[in-house]
Amino acid sequence: MWNSLKTMWIVFLHMFRRRVTIQYPDEMPNIPPRWRGRIILSRDPDGEERCVACYLCAAACPVDCIALQATEDEHGRRYPEFFRINFSRCIFCGYCEEACPTDAIQLTPDFEMGEYNRKNLVYEKEDLLIDGTGKYPGYNFYRVAGVAIGGKNKGEAENEAPSVDPHSLLP
Amino acid sequence: MDSVDSAMNEWVAIWMNLILILAVVFAFSAMLSWIERRLLGLWQDRYGPNRVGPFGVLQIVADSIKLLTKEDWIPPFADRAVFVLAPAIVAITTLLAFAVVPIAPGIGVVDLNIGLLFFLAMSSLGVYSIVLGGWASNSKYSLLGGLRAAAQMLSYEVFMGLALMGVVMLAGSFNLRDIVAAQENLWFCVPQILGLATFAVAGIAEARRLPFDLPESENELVAGFHTEYSSMKFGLFFIGEYVGITLISAMIVTLFFGGWLGPLLPPLVWFLFKTFIIVACFILLRAALPRPRYDQLMAYGWKVMLPVTLVNLLITGAVVLSMA
Repeated sequence: MWNSLKTMWIVFLHMFRRRVTIQYPDEMPNIPPRWRGRIILSRDPDGEERCVACYLCAAACPVDCIALQATEDEHGRRYPEFFRINFSRCIFCGYCEEACPTDAIQLTPDFEMGEYNRKNLVYEKEDLLIDGTGKYPGYNFYRVAGVAIGGKNKGEAENEAPSVDPHSLLP
Repeated sequence: MDSVDSAMNEWVAIWMNLILILAVVFAFSAMLSWIERRLLGLWQDRYGPNRVGPFGVLQIVADSIKLLTKEDWIPPFADRAVFVLAPAIVAITTLLAFAVVPIAPGIGVVDLNIGLLFFLAMSSLGVYSIVLGGWASNSKYSLLGGLRAAAQMLSYEVFMGLALMGVVMLAGSFNLRDIVAAQENLWFCVPQILGLATFAVAGIAEARRLPFDLPESENELVAGFHTEYSSMKFGLFFIGEYVGITLISAMIVTLFFGGWLGPLLPPLVWFLFKTFIIVACFILLRAALPRPRYDQLMAYGWKVMLPVTLVNLLITGAVVLSMA
């Protein structure tokens, strides 16, 4: 009996505590930056698409919601001809982001993606591509990778020594 | 002509009284579902429903619209007639019991000289609703809920009546207005503290409120006796429950806390204020205490509460005799 009364008193005192509820549409919850929300495709600092259409994200995706087609521009730079994510299937596991070798595909702290029409949940490349670099501001894949690409030959990348001609006998 | 006119006026007054009390009881019981949820939220560090209307007061309107537009489903395996009848019984009996509650001087439906007995009779009839509802639903969960309701309410009925006999002895009347008048000098919550404690426990059990909501117990019996009910039949059970809480609180106020008596403020305000405090205590009880096991409930009723009530009865009788 005494215990019950004590319990009631403690519960009564909770009246004067701070509320834990975040009244969501009126006030936004504090979402951590690593929140796995809406997926975007980022660009490198030069404004080019980071995606090299390697299909690793599509392969990693456990629900097969990513579809893309690789193609090349005139300099031999690979990019996706189309890039489609079906968000009605996506489970926001973040495996695509982990698989991406060029930090192109990223998950963002946006979760307000409700739609009345199911078809509208299929995002095309123009819906996914953003103008910025996302979470990795300085990273520029083609400026650190060894491949030759339009305007940059082998040995001209950052932190890369000029290439050596192995057939030359000169010291 | 004059006598006809005055008779007419009397009729009008009586009907006005009746309709107003019915409306206020219904409105208060309806608001109680919102008040309860807000208070529970308050005591659990959250807000409760605050979206519909200012502070969420229109929540009950939204709930009613939803309940009324739901499919009114009677299971094919149910006993149709009894199934329909059961929810009406609980609403009718609790509302009938309200007829004898003396709200304030001049406000009240009837002034029965056996008002207290009428209240006990009506609150006992309420158990039929639960048992019949559980039986007519023809499903395991409902039947178990009905069984529990029958056992629980019968055992708590025993000392509910006995707990009030001390008050009757002190006041020397079964008339609720006389009982209130007898508390002019000292509220009965002081000399009848044991009676108050036992009646409050029995009252909670009668109203099937947590921690004595074993007939319903969501986490083992789905929803107990009203598992198969939907739409406004389900709503009627809830109206019955909320009117029941209001009734028990009003009776506690009438019998132990001096009814409408109080300084300065008008009697009606005092009565409503006290009733609201008791209702809030019931809700606090729900927020704080867990539900006991079934055998604990029965043991508590028969082995603790009944002896306490009898001791209270003996002491009160001895004191009343020695004073006389």
